[in-house]
Amino acid sequence: MTLTVYRFCLVVFFLLPSGISGSEPDHETDPAKDSSLYQSPFFEDNERCFKCHGQNTYSYTNENLGREVKAIMFSERVIPRGKFYESNHKSFSCTDCHSSDYTKFPHPGELRMEQMYNCIDCHGNDEKFAKFHFEEIEKEYQESVHYQYEEVGFSCWKCHDPHTYKISIRNSSNLKETILYDNNICLNCHADYSHFQLLSDKKEINIVAKHDWLPNQESHFKSVRCIECHTKVNDSILVAHRVKPVEYAVKGCNECHSQNSLLMSSLYKFQSREQRADGFLNGVILNQSYVIGANRNEYLNLIGLLIFLAVAGVIVIHISFRIIKKRK
Amino acid sequence: MSYIYLYPKWIRLWHLLNGLLFIILIITGLSMQYTNKEDNIFLVGFARAVKWHNIAAILLTINYIVFVTGNVITKNFRFYKIERKNFLSDLISQFLYYSRGMFRGEKHPFPVTENRKFNPLQKFTYFMAMYVAMPLLIISGIGLMFPEITVNRFFDVSGLILTDLLHVIMGFLLSVFMLIHIYTCTLGSTPGSLFRSMLSGYHESDEH
Ligand code: HEC
Ligand code: HEC
Ligand code: HEC
Ligand code: HEC
Ligand code: HEC
Ligand code: HEC
Ligand code: HEC
Ligand code: HEM
Repeated sequence: MTLTVYRFCLVVFFLLPSGISGSEPDHETDPAKDSSLYQSPFFEDNERCFKCHGQNTYSYTNENLGREVKAIMFSERVIPRGKFYESNHKSFSCTDCHSSDYTKFPHPGELRMEQMYNCIDCHGNDEKFAKFHFEEIEKEYQESVHYQYEEVGFSCWKCHDPHTYKISIRNSSNLKETILYDNNICLNCHADYSHFQLLSDKKEINIVAKHDWLPNQESHFKSVRCIECHTKVNDSILVAHRVKPVEYAVKGCNECHSQNSLLMSSLYKFQSREQRADGFLNGVILNQSYVIGANRNEYLNLIGLLIFLAVAGVIVIHISFRIIKKRK
Repeated sequence: MSYIYLYPKWIRLWHLLNGLLFIILIITGLSMQYTNKEDNIFLVGFARAVKWHNIAAILLTINYIVFVTGNVITKNFRFYKIERKNFLSDLISQFLYYSRGMFRGEKHPFPVTENRKFNPLQKFTYFMAMYVAMPLLIISGIGLMFPEITVNRFFDVSGLILTDLLHVIMGFLLSVFMLIHIYTCTLGSTPGSLFRSMLSGYHESDEH
């Protein structure tokens, strides 16, 4: 019995890895991701702005002094070129969204009151972007806890940085990077009081203490997104946008650590489907996303059950023989 | 009936603790593997299962070190030495005894003596369980407890998945081992005699 079991085990261990094929593009060296390769038609135009907003110092001619003056560009006003030319809106000119009066310096005062477009103004009811379901997202957002802060300045832009936002989960080949990216969106306020205080009167934030109940917190925050626990899953959109009041946040371990878990309907929604297409071994035997309890393997379960029943059967038979022999 | 002192106190203590911890590990292990989303908890709740599995695992690891050290510094290890000569035929004759001979009232092919605590089949399974499966179980368990030390990718498959698979399979095999082990321990001179031995230290034998 044990011998066969061991043989099975050896087979599993020595055959599996060699049968696995396919490789992921390496993120660091993927040429398609190299921003220098994207040639914006507005590159020159944008340099008018980047020459000041592209780094943390800028210089201008002080007409009163009649000479060049060097000054600090506050970090919040700095737009990293590389990230801009990787973002969704990389093909834009700065002045597509901003008034062309910004070419003047100092910028005219009334530009401060400039009304900015919203996502829905450009993306609403547009066939080209139908797969994103902007209208549904807009609706979900209006039901989220953050919407009540619209009046003091909350908007889609607060989570989707106008200059760096880039879709991640939809094209993700590296879940950990996506999780980091998505969580940083939330942590930008919830772990950075300087941003948070613009919208709330709360005197302090302590994200770590509030999640003390979660064991291996650090490892969890690297493996799941905030929105997994804080939003209501909506099947018609890829990324749920309805952030619920904190009382409704997921606290039960079983939500994720069980088969058909929450993660399957959110984080791994795309991944698991594609993995299954990726071949038997990768997709079915080894579910790439490891979560204790959730990555139960049907085949191993069945083999396990059969071995267990066989052993129990042999024992029962042995016992009955012993009883029969004793009687005689 | 004759008595041979075969199970020194440290073995008995080790074994008692080992058995208890194993039972805790199996119950909590199954609870983690088969949690259910709809809160009708399988055996113990997930959070509690994680906690107790970790505690029992750490104790088991310490206990395992005691076992190995004990076998190195005492002479107990000699009982586990598998004889290469006639290895297969010895296994088979022991197997035939369990499956046929014992019902025909044949004599035990490898009676227990002062120098032979285990028959060849016991030697083999105990050796595999204690020196192959247990180390793999413990090492993979440590890998799961500290995921940061686990190899990230192995032939393009997440190292954690392989570690987890190894852990679950070893846990399962050792559980099956335990089931067979407990049953074969009823095959002494009386069904209860080997269990009494493991408490008193004396092997009871009626074959002399
Ligand atoms: C000579 C340097 C310089 C150039 C060129 C420049 N800016 Fe600025 N910009 C600044 C400085 C300094 C500030 C911060 C002070 C302020 O708000 O006026 C600023 C602020 C801004 C703001 C924030 C205003 C607010 O309401 O807080 C926007 C938007 C902006 N610039 C857009 C642009 C755009 C678009 C361009 C290119 C068409 C551009 N800037 C070119 C220096 C420059
Ligand atoms: C897709 C539209 C869009 C494009 C393209 C765009 N911006 Fe903006 N920008 C915005 C919006 C919206 C805001 C206001 C963000 C907010 O309210 O948080 C903004 C804010 C700013 C600010 C104020 C600081 C900040 O981040 O809030 C500066 C400076 C700025 N933009 C510069 C630029 C420059 C320079 C470019 C070109 C490289 C550019 N923008 C391209 C939409 C855009
Ligand atoms: C001024 C109009 C405008 C605004 C405002 C705007 N977008 Fe866009 N967006 C576009 C256009 C045009 C494209 C296509 C760009 C291209 O193909 O290079 C685009 C591309 C995108 C894409 C990539 C689509 C793809 O198939 O790769 C996403 C995602 C996106 N926008 C999301 C947003 C979000 C979220 C907001 C608000 C935070 C927003 N956009 C605001 C005009 C806009
Ligand atoms: C509380 C933060 C937050 C707000 C507010 C927010 N989003 Fe998002 N949104 C996210 C996160 C996080 C993602 C996931 C990004 C990723 O991985 O691609 C996302 C993704 C998206 C996507 C890409 C979904 C896909 O199918 O790939 C779109 C489109 C989008 N948001 C539109 C909007 C619009 C429109 C608004 C305003 C009505 C908005 N978002 C407001 C956090 C936010
Ligand atoms: C495993 C699920 C889970 C994850 C992942 C999670 N949270 Fe929470 N979060 C909760 C629960 C449950 C509470 C309520 C805790 C309580 O009531 O003590 C909470 C509380 C909060 C609160 C309210 C704090 C307050 O002051 O009342 C905020 C804000 C928050 N989380 C943000 C985040 C952010 C940002 C992330 C991602 C880095 C995140 N959460 C990840 C479950 C989660
Ligand atoms: C622009 C800043 C900002 C961003 C980005 C942001 N939040 Fe918030 N969030 C707030 C503010 C402000 C509040 C209100 C806090 C208060 O005053 O109680 C809030 C409240 C919350 C609450 C608590 C609601 C309650 O019932 O008390 C949760 C949960 C939350 N946010 C989750 C998230 C998640 C998840 C993300 C990322 C997808 C996110 N937030 C991104 C600013 C932000
Ligand atoms: C939102 C989903 C989610 C919830 C809720 C959740 N977990 Fe996890 N948990 C995960 C994921 C994903 C991993 C895999 C971490 C990794 O890849 O390292 C994980 C890993 C773990 C691990 C293994 C440590 C590791 O890094 O491998 C333990 C232990 C654990 N969770 C316990 C719990 C407990 C206890 C609770 C309830 C209090 C809980 N989890 C709730 C998603 C969740
Ligand atoms: C709780 C359930 C268990 C019971 C009732 C039990 C019972 C026994 C009995 C009666 C013996 C003495 C008979 C013999 O020497 O063969 C024994 C020995 C032994 N058992 Fe168990 N056992 C249990 C669990 C385990 C587990 C889980 C393991 C290992 C993972 C294990 C490993 C061993 C070993 C190695 C010996 C020989 C010890 C020695 O004398 O060196 N047992 N067991």
